[in-house]
Amino acid sequence: MPSLFEKIEPLLFAVEKPARYVGGELGAQSPTHGAGIVSWLLAYPDTYEIGLPNQGLQILYEIINERADAAAERTYAPWTDMERSMRAEGIELFSVENHLPAHEFDIIAFNLSAELTYTNLLNMLDLGRIPMRTEHRGANDTIVVAGGHCTYNPEPLADFLDAVVLGDGEEVVSEITEVVGRWRVISAADRHRVILHRALAQIPGVYVPSLYRPLFDGPIQVGLEILDPAAPSVVEKRTVADLGEWPYPMNQLVPLTEVVHDRLNVEVFRGCTRGCRFCQAGMITRPVRERPAAQVAEMVARGIERTGYDEVTLTSLSTADFSDIEGIVTGIVDDPAHGGRVSVSLPSLRVDAFTVGTAAKIQQVKRTGLTFAPEGGTWRMRKVINKLISDDDLFAAVDAAFSQGWRRVKLYFLIGLPTETDDDVLGIARLGQRCVEIGRQYHQNVTVSASVGGFVPKPQTPFQWHGQDTTEELTRKVNLLRGAAKATRGLQIRWHEPAATAAEGIVSRGDRRLGAVLEQVWRSGGTFQEWSEHFDLSKFTQALEDHGLSMEDYTTRVRDVDEVLPWDHLSAGLHKDFLVGEYHDSIAEVGVEDCRWTPCYDCGACTTFGIEHVVASNEPPAGGSQGTGQGLDLGVPVPVSLGRPGG
Amino acid sequence: MRQIPARMRVRYTKTGRIRYTSQRDNARAWERALRRARLPVAYSEGFSPRPLLSFSLALPTGCESQAEYTDLRFGHAPEGAADFEVGTSWDEGDVNEIAHRLGELLPEGLDVISACSLLGSEGSLQEEVTSCSWIVEVAGMGATELTERVESLLGAAHVPIERVRKAKKVTDDLRPSVLSLTMEGQGASPGALRLRAELATKPRGVRPAELLGGIDPTLTLVRASRTAQWIEVEGGRLEPLTADGRLLGTTAPQATECGR
Repeated sequence: MPSLFEKIEPLLFAVEKPARYVGGELGAQSPTHGAGIVSWLLAYPDTYEIGLPNQGLQILYEIINERADAAAERTYAPWTDMERSMRAEGIELFSVENHLPAHEFDIIAFNLSAELTYTNLLNMLDLGRIPMRTEHRGANDTIVVAGGHCTYNPEPLADFLDAVVLGDGEEVVSEITEVVGRWRVISAADRHRVILHRALAQIPGVYVPSLYRPLFDGPIQVGLEILDPAAPSVVEKRTVADLGEWPYPMNQLVPLTEVVHDRLNVEVFRGCTRGCRFCQAGMITRPVRERPAAQVAEMVARGIERTGYDEVTLTSLSTADFSDIEGIVTGIVDDPAHGGRVSVSLPSLRVDAFTVGTAAKIQQVKRTGLTFAPEGGTWRMRKVINKLISDDDLFAAVDAAFSQGWRRVKLYFLIGLPTETDDDVLGIARLGQRCVEIGRQYHQNVTVSASVGGFVPKPQTPFQWHGQDTTEELTRKVNLLRGAAKATRGLQIRWHEPAATAAEGIVSRGDRRLGAVLEQVWRSGGTFQEWSEHFDLSKFTQALEDHGLSMEDYTTRVRDVDEVLPWDHLSAGLHKDFLVGEYHDSIAEVGVEDCRWTPCYDCGACTTFGIEHVVASNEPPAGGSQGTGQGLDLGVPVPVSLGRPGG
Repeated sequence: MRQIPARMRVRYTKTGRIRYTSQRDNARAWERALRRARLPVAYSEGFSPRPLLSFSLALPTGCESQAEYTDLRFGHAPEGAADFEVGTSWDEGDVNEIAHRLGELLPEGLDVISACSLLGSEGSLQEEVTSCSWIVEVAGMGATELTERVESLLGAAHVPIERVRKAKKVTDDLRPSVLSLTMEGQGASPGALRLRAELATKPRGVRPAELLGGIDPTLTLVRASRTAQWIEVEGGRLEPLTADGRLLGTTAPQATECGR
């Protein structure tokens, strides 16, 4: 394969952040390609600085490159200035290692983490000179694959993807490599794409959209036709049972230029059973699988020594829940080799004073703001969404933060949640005001910032049937909240653009008809839609209208629980009656406890796959309502449902 | 434990792909390398302590250099965190060894050339450097025309150029900053012509792109390489640290030979 670097280099003086395009990271590999080697191009459909830190791609990068029969390079979406130059000079999408053209790879595999990046995926295929629609690809064209959280409803991109991976990718990349390796050596005359598609569909966790045809009646999908006997009626996700067997990435990439999350990242567990009903990640990644503490310690120590980073983030969906989290962080902070210069950050703090105490201990080195996510403004709302944090626990956590020196506290909320009233929205301002008052007892000037995002219902969650708020309603609620917060000095309200929430909502629960819509959005220049300077809702509404579809049918329409959903044939293991039961419980304001420490609710995640939670300690964390629930008697009593009624 | 001086100066290059990184990226690469080298780096105070590093004039993103400088400061490190301690009985050979160890830990293209201990009385690189030598390759104009433009710039009393400073457009006179400028013919890059220039850094530095703006705004920059930085000393000019490790160019009276 020919390197494009000589053609790329003359463009680099004139573009913003040219380091995005040159590779050279510590840990980057320089694989050799050739006969008998299946080549992967791992792609992130956003800029280099957003995509590089993606741990999923870094894990697969190492696993693929360890294989003698495979090689992996990486690519990211070129920013608009670079894209213009590349198109003007006839340069195709390239890898950052050897600067090889995308269409020379056997497989291009995208990580899908956000709906608004979908048009970037289309743009990258076009820029890579890979036929955009699966039906137009021939025997020698690159195979287009996607993985990541958004693939639990890949239907909006189904027309463009040869295969979609559900769940953990550690094992499945090897199985795909072997299938593609065998397909590649079939003689050209017989190498039909459908042979590949059938073979891929035999791999557990791999969904091949071209083998299925959805049926529509008016605004809704009414069925799904399976076009090939090789295609399973339901594709189940893949789950790695023991994270300890996969200590990746072993050589985290250290980029030459600044990126987001620019520090050592060590994944301490996968999965979350807190059961927040709005949270797709918590639903689709079950059960909880902790990495052995000794392995965490070793990965941190080796990572710090190898990279020179002075900050490590212990990643997971709820890191404070890791068994003996205190022991782990103390071990890192007190390691003499670090000389007191290495700080630890926890991406998500549990809301209780105990956790703040730990945070104070570990952030002696660098102390930034503290962030809590109560998500709902009232206890009623938090029971609906099953985020069981009492007001008192939030106040105790905030009190602990201010008393231990912090002056800035950030709170995350959602609006547009099921059953939400104006009082629930105003509750956000009331909580914020109380937090400011608490802070004033310790400091003259404190800042409490409440970030408010519009809720987008996600597939494979109990809220997948919920009607999203209109942009007008979200705007009204934001204004209501801003009005209520105005009088409190030190309380800042920040909000996510409601129009972007609408666009995300269209795609989140979209069906296969959105393929043509996304293609039109892309053709009208709609790339980088998650960047506010490029976002344009009218491109989406226009494209929907041109295809006889409406935004309301996808976003604000309440689905019937018996309606066929476009992702019904894709499974994260969760039983539909569990999701329906949770949906009904939410309307009835009934919360459920974390199943790590309480009886099983039979959601299906463990039983479907014959796996279990992997936790080092069966003891729930001490203190606070997010622990065993002993804090809950401080607030309104919560009726806890154990098991489904009648089930 | 082996001793090292409290301060040292390192001369290094910035060539190859890493030239597309910014000065800020460069500083971060140094910080990571220093931590990996287990050196007792001195840190700033405050909520967000940073290693005390000082660099010479920022190299514009995309430009190469044969003559970059960093002054390092060392202090007390907790037990077990470093392999060296600050003292007065160090070996200048160790200074070189440390610098080359750092060079191995820095990304490819940041290559250490030489190093020297500092007394502490030397001025900062930012203050002391008075001019830089550049080789600039340009495209967009024939050789005869470019030679004429160069001569016309040198003959002019004032060469106004527009720059953006603190988000405001300002007009500066480029002419006093151009200490020398020659057109040398074909460059190494295909189709490019090569200019050699010495550009003053006071009152503020001139970037190669700004020089081109003063010669002719239609010129495009193909390649630029800083070949030297200079400190004016009693009418002559010397480098802050030579490639063979001699600390010659500083206005500090007693520091003329390797710090001690």
